Amino acid sequence: MLDIRNLQANVDGKAILKGINLKVKPGEVHAIMGPNGSGKSTLAHVLAGREHYEVTGGEVSYEGRNLLEMAPEERAREGVFLAFQYPVEIPGVNNVYLLKAALNAVRKHKGLEEVDAMEFLSLVKEKMKLVQIGEEFLYRSVNEGFSGGEKKRNEVLQMAVLEPRLAILDETDSGLDIDALKIVSHGVNSLRSPERAIIMVTHYQRLLNYIVPDYVHVLANGRIVKSGGRELAQELESKGYGWIDKEPGMGAEAAR
Amino acid sequence: MNTQVRDHYLAEFARVADRLPGHGVPWFRRAREVALERFAEAGFPTIRDEDWKYTSVAALEKRPFRMALPGEARPDSAAVKSLALGGGYLMVFVNGHHVPELSRLEGLPKGVTVASLAESLEHQPTLLQAALAGEVAQSGFAHLNTAFAADGAFVHVGRNVMVGAPIEFLFLSTGADVVSHLRNVVWAEEGAEVTVIEHYAGLQDASCLTNAVTQIFTDPNSSVEHYKFQHEAPRSFHVGGIHAQQKRDSRLASHSISLGAALARHDIGTRFDAEGCDATLNGLYLVGGRQHVDHHTRVDHAKPHGTSREFYRGVLDGSARGVFNGRVIVHQDAQHTDAQQVNNNLLLSREAEVDTKPQLEIYADDVKCAHGATVGQLDEDQIFYLRSRGIDAGAARSLLTFAFANDIINRIRVAPLRARLQGLMLARLPQADVVRELV
Repeated sequence: MLDIRNLQANVDGKAILKGINLKVKPGEVHAIMGPNGSGKSTLAHVLAGREHYEVTGGEVSYEGRNLLEMAPEERAREGVFLAFQYPVEIPGVNNVYLLKAALNAVRKHKGLEEVDAMEFLSLVKEKMKLVQIGEEFLYRSVNEGFSGGEKKRNEVLQMAVLEPRLAILDETDSGLDIDALKIVSHGVNSLRSPERAIIMVTHYQRLLNYIVPDYVHVLANGRIVKSGGRELAQELESKGYGWIDKEPGMGAEAAR
Repeated sequence: MNTQVRDHYLAEFARVADRLPGHGVPWFRRAREVALERFAEAGFPTIRDEDWKYTSVAALEKRPFRMALPGEARPDSAAVKSLALGGGYLMVFVNGHHVPELSRLEGLPKGVTVASLAESLEHQPTLLQAALAGEVAQSGFAHLNTAFAADGAFVHVGRNVMVGAPIEFLFLSTGADVVSHLRNVVWAEEGAEVTVIEHYAGLQDASCLTNAVTQIFTDPNSSVEHYKFQHEAPRSFHVGGIHAQQKRDSRLASHSISLGAALARHDIGTRFDAEGCDATLNGLYLVGGRQHVDHHTRVDHAKPHGTSREFYRGVLDGSARGVFNGRVIVHQDAQHTDAQQVNNNLLLSREAEVDTKPQLEIYADDVKCAHGATVGQLDEDQIFYLRSRGIDAGAARSLLTFAFANDIINRIRVAPLRARLQGLMLARLPQADVVRELV
């Protein structure tokens, strides 16, 4: 589904991604872990099409198409969804109307009929139970005045309604207390399916106790330096990130 | 001012003076003569005047504006009907003169007078003496207005009378170099409530000049909601002053919406002459091309326990230029004043420019005051967030622009005006259908 080959990217002229290789198949859940500044969020944003991030090399193919040539809105319509680490507040734009427009953008792109207001509302109400969001959130401005936890739940609600093929969760656990983390994780878990791939970017192993990944990758200094199963996350938890640079063959980039 | 310009206006006054309303009212005739003298001395403001630093009216000075005669231009009723906001009482003026047959004032509550200035000066001049006998403002345009005012609207609401529906004054301009000097007076007596809309529009794209002065008097515990909706023709000029004086516990809400004209200048001020007054000043300017729009506002907190709130926003495209100067003066006596002022500007192009200057002057020591101003572009994070949800880049820009302006539009309490403005905004924005679905 997703094939990232030697992906390199700059932010403000500085090289952040220095050759990422990653293959993701439908149904798989991949966790990308790494210390602060390793490039995790940059990878998430590059995949979603953030213009501020300049791709300087490599290829990304998504469902056989060149992802990097697609505009962010086209990626969204093709089923790529980014759950933001910091969901953006948009005063004056209604939360539920945005959700409806987003869903209809996907449906129109697929050649399906747009959903009408009634159908849409019953669908949303169904999904709201999943993330335990009250109806009052629907009619407020997008993320405006939402608490940190409410913003993250709103992201997962969007994901649940849009049913993306590829979901990228950027630090979805950050800023969440344990109850909110459980709710958000439950929402994400219920969206696991054989047709859907999920990439979770996280600093902490904590999230992986609730959303158990099939693969764990360690990102350091712009490269994936180690990949493994979920046990790799536990190793990171007990040892921290410090040992990565010291392993032979791993700290090469950092030492350069 | 050069002598040629001065001579033009002196000759124009000599030509029209005995046809101007109130000619038979000695105190008003005297006020006109004094105003003309003041204008002859002061002339038009120049960019050397601090208050006109960013707004040059040199282009106006050179034009030989002339006053139209009553009945000179007749719009058809269909044009009027399509322009009027509706939903209330209506008075129509063309080139500065009231057109009774196009107006609709039936059903006004008892105790309410809505009449043209000319009529009122003829039948009940004493009601207007307090407003018209003195100097309204020290500006060349205000002096010209007093000297030449041909007509305008007079609203008088008696004690404890509430006027349920808004009263709309539709001021239409047409014809090259025609000037309309309009003088409006709104007076709410104790406990009265009224909503007034001044609506300025062009019937054709011509170099008309509107020079309007509105005086508002709010007696104790009364409430006046005032809207100024200016969308005159692209080649026209608009200069307008709104001057309010508030008495104890009275409330004023002023909304200034400025979309039209090549050059528009608005001076909006209120003075709290007694305790417990409340004023809200809201404004929205939407300009593009080479338009120039200038708001100078002033709130004089002269007495204690006054509250003022001011929210102005501007959206500027093309090589348009905006000016906002908001003065809030808290006088020594005005303890326990609560004043807030915010001006936000959105620049949609590199060539657009705005000069904003919030000015807080505090001479009392126990007050709560805040002000702020921003000038910025559309937020790239917001655009990306919307795009990542499948919204086109163009639609995202339109949506954010609309939402920015809509914050002020939503403060408008007259539904037909709100709807008209939203419609006008959407008509200017690409992919408006997407915007319509999202707000």
